Amino acid sequence: MKDMVFLERDVEVAKNKISAKGVQVHYDQIHALKDVNVDILDKTVTAFIGPSGCGKSTFLRCFNRMNDTISGCRVVGAIHLDGEDIYDSGVDPVQLRAKVGMVFQKPNPFPKSIYENVAYGPKIHGLTHNKVELDIVVEKSLRRAALWDEVKDRLHAAANGLSGGQQQRLCIARAIATGPEVLLMDEPCSALDPIATAQVEQLIDELRSRYSVVIVTHSMQQAARVSQRTAFFHLGNLVEYGETGHIFTNPSDPRTESYITGRIG
Amino acid sequence: MINSSKITFISIFRPDERTQRRNAAERRFRAFGLLAVLVSVLALVFLVTSIWTKGSGAFYQTFITVPVTLSAEKLDPKGNGDLDQMKKVTTIGYKKLIAANLLAQLTVHGIDTTNVSDKGIGKMLSSESAATLRNTVIGNPNLIGRTMTFDFLASGRIDGYYKGRVSMASAALDNNVSPAQLLLADELKKKNLLNVNFNWRFLSAPDASELRPEAAGLGVAILGSAYMMLIVLVLALPLGVATSIYLEEFAPKNRWTDVIEVNISNLAAVPSIVFGILGLAVFINIGGLPQSASIVGGLVLTLMTLPTIIISTRASLQAVPPSIRDAALGVGASKMQSVFHHVLPLAMPGIMTGTIIGVARALGETAPLLLIGMVAFVRDFPSSPPSGFFDPASALPVQVYQWTQRADPAFTERASGAIIVLLGFLLVLNTLAIVLRNRFERRW
Repeated sequence: MKDMVFLERDVEVAKNKISAKGVQVHYDQIHALKDVNVDILDKTVTAFIGPSGCGKSTFLRCFNRMNDTISGCRVVGAIHLDGEDIYDSGVDPVQLRAKVGMVFQKPNPFPKSIYENVAYGPKIHGLTHNKVELDIVVEKSLRRAALWDEVKDRLHAAANGLSGGQQQRLCIARAIATGPEVLLMDEPCSALDPIATAQVEQLIDELRSRYSVVIVTHSMQQAARVSQRTAFFHLGNLVEYGETGHIFTNPSDPRTESYITGRIG
Repeated sequence: MINSSKITFISIFRPDERTQRRNAAERRFRAFGLLAVLVSVLALVFLVTSIWTKGSGAFYQTFITVPVTLSAEKLDPKGNGDLDQMKKVTTIGYKKLIAANLLAQLTVHGIDTTNVSDKGIGKMLSSESAATLRNTVIGNPNLIGRTMTFDFLASGRIDGYYKGRVSMASAALDNNVSPAQLLLADELKKKNLLNVNFNWRFLSAPDASELRPEAAGLGVAILGSAYMMLIVLVLALPLGVATSIYLEEFAPKNRWTDVIEVNISNLAAVPSIVFGILGLAVFINIGGLPQSASIVGGLVLTLMTLPTIIISTRASLQAVPPSIRDAALGVGASKMQSVFHHVLPLAMPGIMTGTIIGVARALGETAPLLLIGMVAFVRDFPSSPPSGFFDPASALPVQVYQWTQRADPAFTERASGAIIVLLGFLLVLNTLAIVLRNRFERRW
């Protein structure tokens, strides 16, 4: 466990961004998530860890209602974003997803140009009114995703020609181009090599100043490196949730301790 | 646990019995595969060569050069240039005129014609020539009085003589041609007055009657087929693609959509003649559309092509990775935006390939067209669309079917020639499908 380097923690008492109460998720007969209560803080990186199939990705996908697209998936309970229930029948998931961006496990840029990838979100949401504004948004997003310097000379080249790490940062740029408040990341580094992983992790830490970031990860080291708060899931239950340093050094639940020390997983 | 002391040394250079058996099985399988490929290639080569040797002759035709004096006393007896009066001169009159001119031509070139009667000389030319000449003259009455040189079609038997279909021996037994006529034709050929030339008329002329195979062409059939393919494309492509998109991307997965899905797959396997009966009942009997019209043929073929297009479109939509859909939905695209902006463009090569293959199948379809009356003998070209869709027309495969049924052996050659044309169109369509697929296929 020597490779775990904890960040300097300065968790100022931030306000709640998302609060989930009694969330249950069923896939047809399978009870995937059992009564989960979590408060996600604003301007904080929150990590979800746990063994495969523990429900952490399922829970993440509740925050932008991506579970709606899976047939047979039912979500019970309440999830409030800034005090508004996102599962209210009056909520349009399309608008919600502009506010809650998502980055997926495998880099999945559109098979179009780099520019078009980033510009797509602002275009469909009507965030810009002309080409100049769009150019500005694209540049700003690419800069925030720490990709601008690498691609500024080939904005109209195919996105698929980028390396895996660049593609993933492009996906992050695409997600932040719509001006979200929350950024969901589902194992964003699992398909990347260590160097690209380091770049993305550094980026996540920078993004914390503007967004509330929720990241699902298999790597406990990654959770320790990038997050301020960590939630440990096991078999559909939220076992423990608290400050990252506390979870990793002094877990209160024996299951958390077993997982962190590598005895279950 | 394996007891290590029991393991004896086995050289990897000497395959054991088990490995030998396995390798032998693999060699056998490969040999069978190669054999299968060989047999199918041979069958294909045999098919193509047999069609080509039989059918290539259709593209060449024997023509006899005759200078014709369009004498006013024969063609315009009243001499007043009145078109209605001129039309009273039938093809028989023209036939006599041409025969007389051909005889004169033979005499001028010093060819002995004593063995052939005057009528026999006239019969060396196709009966079509008189009609062609009459149409030319009535189309342009100013020609009367002039002497013009025409290349007239030789009769089917004379033509067959130069294509190896007719010999002196067979001519002796034939009522339609005599050896003396063939000798005369040889004389003409020596004087360069009889030539075998490329025959554009085979592609442009309409069908001709039983008695004049030399004049028969594919013009109406090609046009009819083209009209029908146009109708199929315009109707089947949007309907099929819209159906597939709805079923694949929007429809809830329940019992009803399962039933629809199974039925679409079954429709693809329904024999085409059943679609013909359906077309006859629905479009002609109930709908009151005209018989033999390309609109009915097009509608029937559309019904037949739809399942093919739907199945291939659904397959190519399914082949688009879900990560693209996730990506689009993740940035807040609506379902429809994700489909039309991202999924459909990626599925396009597959859709186009499926459509072209469906259209190619429709192009070669015969059975349903027989039932809706497209087997009729059509000599008039359909007019231009859209009204032309309602005019009687023929179709390429039906033309093949018709010609194979006619008695004159010259039609065998015509039928094979028509098959070559049909195969040519199919080849073009399939090449187009491959080019489109390679051109637009994207990797993700």
